[in-house]
Amino acid sequence: MIKVKNISKAYNKAEALKNISLEVKKGELFGLIGPDGAGKTTLMRILMTLLIQDEGKAEMSGFDVVRDYKKIRRLVGYMPGRFSLYQDLTVEENLEFFATVFGTSIAENYELIKDIYVQIEPFKNRLAGKLSGGMKQKLALSCALIHKPEILVLDEPTTGVDAVSRKEFWDMLKKLQNQGITILVSTPYMDEAGLCDRVALMQKGEILRIDSPARIVENYPRKLLAARSEEMYRLINDLRAWKKVETAYAFGQFAHVTPVDDAMEAVELEHYLMSKKHQKLQVFETNPGIEDVFMGLMSEYRE
Amino acid sequence: MNQQIPVITVKDMVKKFGSFTANNHLNFEVYKGEIFGFLGANGAGKTTAMRILCGLSAPTSGEITVGGFDVYTQTEQVKRNIGYMSQKFSLYEDMTIAENIRFYAGIYGISVKQRKEKEQLLLKKLNLESERDKLIASLPLGWKQKLAFSIAIFHDPQIVFLDEPTGGVDPITRRQFWDFIYEAAAEGKTIFVTTHYMDEAEYCDRVSIMVEGRIAALDTPDKLKKQFQSEDMNGVFLKLARRVGSSESGVESKKRINKNRKS
Repeated sequence: MIKVKNISKAYNKAEALKNISLEVKKGELFGLIGPDGAGKTTLMRILMTLLIQDEGKAEMSGFDVVRDYKKIRRLVGYMPGRFSLYQDLTVEENLEFFATVFGTSIAENYELIKDIYVQIEPFKNRLAGKLSGGMKQKLALSCALIHKPEILVLDEPTTGVDAVSRKEFWDMLKKLQNQGITILVSTPYMDEAGLCDRVALMQKGEILRIDSPARIVENYPRKLLAARSEEMYRLINDLRAWKKVETAYAFGQFAHVTPVDDAMEAVELEHYLMSKKHQKLQVFETNPGIEDVFMGLMSEYRE
Repeated sequence: MNQQIPVITVKDMVKKFGSFTANNHLNFEVYKGEIFGFLGANGAGKTTAMRILCGLSAPTSGEITVGGFDVYTQTEQVKRNIGYMSQKFSLYEDMTIAENIRFYAGIYGISVKQRKEKEQLLLKKLNLESERDKLIASLPLGWKQKLAFSIAIFHDPQIVFLDEPTGGVDPITRRQFWDFIYEAAAEGKTIFVTTHYMDEAEYCDRVSIMVEGRIAALDTPDKLKKQFQSEDMNGVFLKLARRVGSSESGVESKKRINKNRKS
């Protein structure tokens, strides 16, 4: 449904995308995961026909993003990272505006947006600029959906949003996916990768890996140990000071430790930490998460 | 962390905007050297409480001291004794690193001699000596955040308020930032931090979770997880803060009332 082949884009000398390729299948919920500066927005803007790539080709539903931009605009819905509805129109006026632009009406596609729109309908006469963050987000999503797009593209819809609203938002995306819409979504929150069918891990204009979240985690090449004591800060410093430790980073209440030698057992690390007089020690081998993988790939690419 | 010395005391803090209660009888203490996580859904009342603790807004009622100073009558002393950093506002993008340091040092009345000494130490620690005269706008986000934190504690405050400090950076940079936080806490500074990253909530010594203007829970992450039978803080947060619409409309009424007051 989305095909990206060898796309590059630079802003003056800054390379925002470096030879990126990926494909998103019909009906898939695909995530672009990475920090600011990874190139997520640039890629989305190219796919949305709002920006022209320097090199490479991209297709949306079989249409070329440069040549067929008019066709693409009719069949995609886009929710940009910055709230871009008309602040001086009401909730209902915004929705009507977008419906009219696409030659449809709210009534015609109400089924599709119903679940989302009912939550803001009590405020339909309020100006969009006067809505809270969560409600703006729901209105923007409703407007992006009102012409019943085949492909929905969402640029960091959950950034700066609290954990509860984030969960609600992902539930909404799942429902839309079940109605057959192909979804491309970006997020800087690594824990949201697990909610996608497949993800591309991105960093500084490059794709570090593309796969299902489960397989990305399964293919983690290194041994990973978790350690915890009463004094987290001292623990991490002691871990980093030991020559047998390659990296040590805080993960929740544990430190995740990558030993230099993958053969190191938890018990050896525990002995070392005991010699440093750490209290209430817990040390065990653990399974990596997406963030561990991402951090591992980051250091690989740096070298 | 020394549990014996409270540096922030909040007793029965209430803040009303007209008929809307943004902070509804908050009670808590924060201790010296503690990393205190202040969580809540958007619109739960965190920003209101934080503004009061920073001496920027007077509470409606309650007894509140910050660094030993009263937030009604000693707001200037409160401001001198705290540092503040947020993702949204930190440094001046169109000034250089050195200019930003000079500016903040000037605001806090730090002598030129002292500033020069501290500036050298700071730039050395951050490995930014050769970048001294570069504009903030030209720095990567991760550097900006570390620099903003270092400048927020440049005047050696007892307490630092961090309002969602780490958005948008890669996971390694985010952890390097937390190394800075741990280090400052180990030196005896108190860290008061809000975040939407639930794993960061686990790095805190204690965490409070606000729901609709009240503190719904306050304890160590371990105890909260036990109390709410959750594997992680995300689970705790979802159980506590599950709400539909109510706090959203709360934000609205607050804004509406602010507007009415102006007119």
